[in-house]
Amino acid sequence: MRRARSRYWAAFLLLLALLAALVVWNVNAGSVSLSGAEILRILCSPSDGSTEYGIVRTLRLPRICAAVLLGGGLSVSGFLLQTFFANPIAGPFVLGISSGAKLAVSLVMISLLSRGIAAGSAALIGAAFLGAMLSMGFILLISQRVKRMSMLVVCGVMIGYICSAITDFAVTFAEDSNIVNLHNWSMGSFSGIYWDSVAVMAAVIGIAMALSFFLSKPIGAYQMGEVYAQNMGVNIRAFRLALILLSSVLSACVTAFAGPISFVGIAVPHLVKSLFRTAKPIVIIPACFLGGAVFCLFCDLIARTAFAPTEVSISSVTAVFGAPIVIYMMAFQRGKSNL
Amino acid sequence: MRDYLSAENLAVGYGGQILIQDICLRLRRGEIMTLIGPNGSGKSTILRSVIRQIAPLRGTVYLDGRPMDRMTALDVARRLSVLMTDRVHPELMTCRDVAATGRYPYTGKLGLLTPADWEKVDEALALVHGEDLAERDFAQISDGQRQRILLARALCQEPEVIVLDEPTSFLDIRYKLELLSILKDMVRRRGLAVLMSLHELDLAQKISDCVACVHNHAVERCGPPEEIFTAKYILELYDAGRGSYNPDFGCLELEPPAGAPQVFVIGGGGSGIPVYRRLQRQGIPFAAGVLHENDLDYPVARALAAEVIAEPPFSPIGEDRFRLAAERMASCGKVLCPLSAFGPMNEKNRLLRELAEQAGKLI
Repeated sequence: MRRARSRYWAAFLLLLALLAALVVWNVNAGSVSLSGAEILRILCSPSDGSTEYGIVRTLRLPRICAAVLLGGGLSVSGFLLQTFFANPIAGPFVLGISSGAKLAVSLVMISLLSRGIAAGSAALIGAAFLGAMLSMGFILLISQRVKRMSMLVVCGVMIGYICSAITDFAVTFAEDSNIVNLHNWSMGSFSGIYWDSVAVMAAVIGIAMALSFFLSKPIGAYQMGEVYAQNMGVNIRAFRLALILLSSVLSACVTAFAGPISFVGIAVPHLVKSLFRTAKPIVIIPACFLGGAVFCLFCDLIARTAFAPTEVSISSVTAVFGAPIVIYMMAFQRGKSNL
Repeated sequence: MRDYLSAENLAVGYGGQILIQDICLRLRRGEIMTLIGPNGSGKSTILRSVIRQIAPLRGTVYLDGRPMDRMTALDVARRLSVLMTDRVHPELMTCRDVAATGRYPYTGKLGLLTPADWEKVDEALALVHGEDLAERDFAQISDGQRQRILLARALCQEPEVIVLDEPTSFLDIRYKLELLSILKDMVRRRGLAVLMSLHELDLAQKISDCVACVHNHAVERCGPPEEIFTAKYILELYDAGRGSYNPDFGCLELEPPAGAPQVFVIGGGGSGIPVYRRLQRQGIPFAAGVLHENDLDYPVARALAAEVIAEPPFSPIGEDRFRLAAERMASCGKVLCPLSAFGPMNEKNRLLRELAEQAGKLI
């Protein structure tokens, strides 16, 4: 037990160190390179009106915050869904929840933009949440008929395709001026996020994270299966509802601001569990948040810099790193019978 | 003493459709009640309704004198724990972690265990002889070991009553005995009440204070094992037309081969049993004699032989039984005599053996 505890501490420290390193690297990397001293000066002093100041303060820093918050939220959302379906390859992207949110958001965006109104954060999150819940509703209906977990994931992928197809139709018929923006977003990107959005996402994800963390006790019980969880005193109905709402809010918030981001929700919880060698939610929920933040910062760094000045969509990068992990899990995971 | 767990006129089933009704259960502390009955009779459904996994369609279950549907999940959890047949696949959990989940109803908001909680976990692990398993990964131990760890989990919950659904299935005889011994021990020492379903009639007969038979969509009979385990009723309960059931030993015998006896077996004192079984396996009808009704061979012979020539207990074999046996022997082609111990009581069997030898039928 003591050994486990020191392992947790070491793993947390490792994640924090990685996070710090990636934050510094992300601030530094880009078309305008800055020295450490300059960055420190920009961070500590009030505005001096210089371009460097603008780049760091209004472009890079909010983008970093967004990557940290959204990456963390997405991983935790994945962990919650995996708990809910008792399935290690469940996640907001493969179950079509992100795509549902994407569809709703793009419809709202297009209809508002065509009337000349820019959609506010609240409207976007609201739309994303509705879209996410719609996909979730379908998945829940299907999960009552389909007992094999792999089939459920296949159904989720199909729902994702349907939603993406409708989104593509909508984008095709949208007015030209909106398309560029919409197209970038619908591929998944952390670009174009400013402080006001960061404040909103911090509030939403902060609350959802806190609630998730305080669910760690029933989540731990639920990992033993529904029957035992109920016998231990978990109110199953309320608990399942809470899990659905929280995971949907988290992935909806991510989709509203950054579009659909693939595989983070599966890959990060798996990596984190392997690193910590436990699935105890009280450890894994905060660890997933940190891990997701690290993973997304890293992927965003690559998205921004690999083919600079062209930016790759974040989803492509997370897919490159995340999908192999998912394949590995499907092929080698213990308890495969469950899939 | 009052009932700790009881149900009156309970009706249970799935999707509004009643599967079993008129269920009356009364279980006091320090007692073991066992549900027996054929496959698909609904033992598990009853247990699942008692633990509130499915809602009863009619009637109420009372726990500790209170209707269970009005108790909070936590109130129930502190009094009743379960060991069900559902497979658990916890990820990356040691056996100690799994057992520790039983402390859930006693921990705070975050579910952190105090040193006192861990002590209770280790105590429970020791009770099921699972100390060596404590640090092993739960996913990598055998079914029998898992069952013991889950029992430790149930005990960690410090219940007054524990509900088990076929806890001995998949266990080899050693673990079957061990698991039931642990239960019996907990019942005696802590006044635990146990409600379980069992497939093994012999074990049910030996361990239960009360047996409830689920059959024909109802709890058909309920009572002490002496009343339930009769040769006739058990066959009726399982709709078993073939074979027979011996309540004294709790064992089942296959049906005897059909036809007139071809072999005569002179047995006694247990020597005949393996011979009877072999003949039954080979499908050869046989007659057995002359046996005392209190002989070890007698019940098996009754179950397997086409004809048994028997003498009442403790009296020497008389002339008429002897003559009957000799007659029957004459009509059989072969005679087997596994019996080697002769005394005043079965002196006539020696004569039978000599007769067979003279006739050249003895093998």
